[in-house]
Amino acid sequence: MRLPSIATLFHPLQSFSIRGGIHPETHKHLTSECEIETMPMPALIRLPLQQHIGAEAEPIVKRDDLVLKGQLIAKARGPLSANIHAPTSGRVIAVGHFVAPHASGLPVPTITIRPDGEDKWGPHLPRLRPENAAPEEIAAQVAAAGIVGMGGATFPSAVKLNLRAKYDLTTLIINGAECEPYLTCDDRLMRERAEEIADGIGIMARALGVKQVFVAIESNKPQAIEAMTRYNRALGYTFKIHVVPTQYPMGSEKHLVKMITGQETPARALTADLGVVVHNIATAHAVHLAVRYGEPLIARTVTVSGHGIRRPANLRVLIGTPVSEIIAHCGGFTEEPDRLLLGGPMMGMPIQNPRVPVVKGTNGILALTAAETPEAKTMPCIRCGRCVQGCPVGLTPFELNARIHAGDLEGAAKVGLMDCLACGCCSYNCPANLPLVQSFQFAKGKLSERQSRKHQQEETKRLAAARKAREEAIAEAKKQMMLKRKAEMAAKKKAEEAAAAAAMPPPATATAIQGEATP
Amino acid sequence: MHMPVAGPHTHTLFTVSRTMLTVVAALTPATLFGLWEFGWPAIFLFLTTVVSAWVFEVACLKIADKPIRPFATDGSAILSGWLVAMTLPPYAPWWVGVIGSFIAIVIAKHLFGGLGQNLFNPAMVARAMLVVALPVQMTTWIAPVGLLEGPSFLHGLSITFLGSQEFDAVSSASTLSHIKSQISAGATMGEILPTLADLESRLLGFVPGSLGETSTVLLALGGLLLLVTRIITPTIPLAVLGTLVTLSAICSFLAPDRFAPPILHLTSGSTMLCAFFIATDYVTSPVTTAGKWVYGIGIGTLVFVIPLRRLPRGRGLCGALDELGHAPDRNLHPAADLRTVPHRQAACAAKPAKGAQK
Repeated sequence: MRLPSIATLFHPLQSFSIRGGIHPETHKHLTSECEIETMPMPALIRLPLQQHIGAEAEPIVKRDDLVLKGQLIAKARGPLSANIHAPTSGRVIAVGHFVAPHASGLPVPTITIRPDGEDKWGPHLPRLRPENAAPEEIAAQVAAAGIVGMGGATFPSAVKLNLRAKYDLTTLIINGAECEPYLTCDDRLMRERAEEIADGIGIMARALGVKQVFVAIESNKPQAIEAMTRYNRALGYTFKIHVVPTQYPMGSEKHLVKMITGQETPARALTADLGVVVHNIATAHAVHLAVRYGEPLIARTVTVSGHGIRRPANLRVLIGTPVSEIIAHCGGFTEEPDRLLLGGPMMGMPIQNPRVPVVKGTNGILALTAAETPEAKTMPCIRCGRCVQGCPVGLTPFELNARIHAGDLEGAAKVGLMDCLACGCCSYNCPANLPLVQSFQFAKGKLSERQSRKHQQEETKRLAAARKAREEAIAEAKKQMMLKRKAEMAAKKKAEEAAAAAAMPPPATATAIQGEATP
Repeated sequence: MHMPVAGPHTHTLFTVSRTMLTVVAALTPATLFGLWEFGWPAIFLFLTTVVSAWVFEVACLKIADKPIRPFATDGSAILSGWLVAMTLPPYAPWWVGVIGSFIAIVIAKHLFGGLGQNLFNPAMVARAMLVVALPVQMTTWIAPVGLLEGPSFLHGLSITFLGSQEFDAVSSASTLSHIKSQISAGATMGEILPTLADLESRLLGFVPGSLGETSTVLLALGGLLLLVTRIITPTIPLAVLGTLVTLSAICSFLAPDRFAPPILHLTSGSTMLCAFFIATDYVTSPVTTAGKWVYGIGIGTLVFVIPLRRLPRGRGLCGALDELGHAPDRNLHPAADLRTVPHRQAACAAKPAKGAQK
């Protein structure tokens, strides 16, 4: 590993900052001075139908269809989903499965387009004048443009813009913290497109009906702070530019809210409960494009960095561009990278197949060399407490880890497993290099699996019991019916006999017959 | 490319062995001063103790069938041996050091499961057991004469390895033990104070005492290094020193004849060693801030109280004793941690606004 500067050991601002957190080497200098350049048209575009949280979109094109730039090709399915548009004109060559841009590498439904090179626009979305538009119209436009949270969480933005119906919203916070090391795409976007971002922020503030707007930027981005301070007005709103300390995970939604408003979001509650909504800088830019120009979300800024990349850069790429083409555009690898990541080094996902596409939530492509990644060697826990010092939610990770390793998942949940953000500060800090956050992820998965199995078992039991009860009821009814019929038969017989007896006066004969019949 | 592994994909520079080596580096100035001050016998004793600690570590790893390479190079055994050596009288014979290392590494560390599993600070267990078992060897003090004026190389060898008694032992031990014995002999503090070494030599360390415990200033500097490199947080040292100063200030105010003033406690090297290096031992101290306060105050109190009860050399003993109060259970949560889990996010949900139903 590289030696950090001694300055990283001193953080006087930390006393006025969020609890816990870490100060990793940022490596942002690799790309922070690289202007955003537009990536040339890729040879293929692959669009997974699920690039967002929620239900996957429903394809509305078939193979061999010709599509135009900006044309809707997959429709949102249900309220928590997002539209997907063609990033360029071309021919749909497959609607099938392709490797997911995810650590699992599983095949997911994907539309593949071969660009025709003409990049011909289809009809744009109808433009809106946000000054006069109703909040619902703005949200509908954002939904139509398929915009999702572009900081990485990919939550459909329109759903968040519609929160004013349910919550008393007072504050909009725009997240320009960009606390993940290496990533500079938001930084560059703020420096180069501040005016457009400001307009997007104004549009969102109007849609939400908030009273105040903050733009949170980490202190290590002075030019971005300057640019946003220059453009701090739009649609009648004046934003307060809030410089937050450079500290990971400052960009975590709840921590940003705590930092700016001083209010702590309760565990498992939403920031909207406090009247605060947080949106990303890149989302604001996408909203601007969608509302002012009717452009759907078909491109985004991506940082390509890491010491394994020959020419680190900030690129504006079409959604769906294969990672391998982007790396080739950046001069390829300097050496065989130890890890290839989508996202930042703290919470990013390793990928095995470089042909996976960039999706709406991809903010970085990192090729890390062995010198940049942790060693595999682990030691026993020495209870140094650095994980506790680093945890931004106040958990005791070493204890969680001990419980999980003892198989006591319920005990781990009791001491806060479910409050874990998975930010990775504990693993980053651990001198024994223990896979702490990794085992928490495992335990969370295991717990939810166990819960769903338990639920399933209970459901099966309930159904079995219901079936048994139903069958018993039927049997009982049958029995009752039989008895009833028997009784009816008997009564009928009796009546017949009575009738017969009435018709045949001599009873002696009948008695005699009966007597004969008895053996 | 390797098989993908889950994030984070970056890591701090701290590792177990780097942490241990930083602590060793922080101890080095005070140790070098002690070695220079007490001469060749101290150097031989120091080397014997540290080397034997490492040998015991390797032997234990071998017997326990654990991987030797990563554990033998993690620096923890060196550090334990180092701390044991620092608390030994400088002219003690070699076998005292070896037994000390044996107790620390074999009994206090590996019998409990090795690195990270020990109930008590190994060095302090060794110290406490040695004081109880070898009262004579553990309380033989000499005047700090310096490397050049002290015994020659060969004479030093014979003192450490052949049990030669040809040196001038001083009757009085370190400052605080001296005060204690004088008080039990009936003297008042007013009579004792003029007989003590002056403040400057107590601060710098020109006083009789254990091998590495004499220099208050150098130990405090080492502690500062630990704070600056964020190996330790200031909580435990502050709690220990604060409690000690408060208690001694109150007592010496109420009964100035019987209690030493706070400055005497603060200018004792062993206080600094305890506050910065012993009490902050990772494995046996709490990890939460509140737990650290409880623990530090407990140690400070014991450091003050135990010498009153005529137990020899309070700091070592109470280091171990106090850790008893925070002994980890099988799942490794010290009692202090149990009651002082950090404040988590409030568990109750905020009341929904506008009567919203999620």
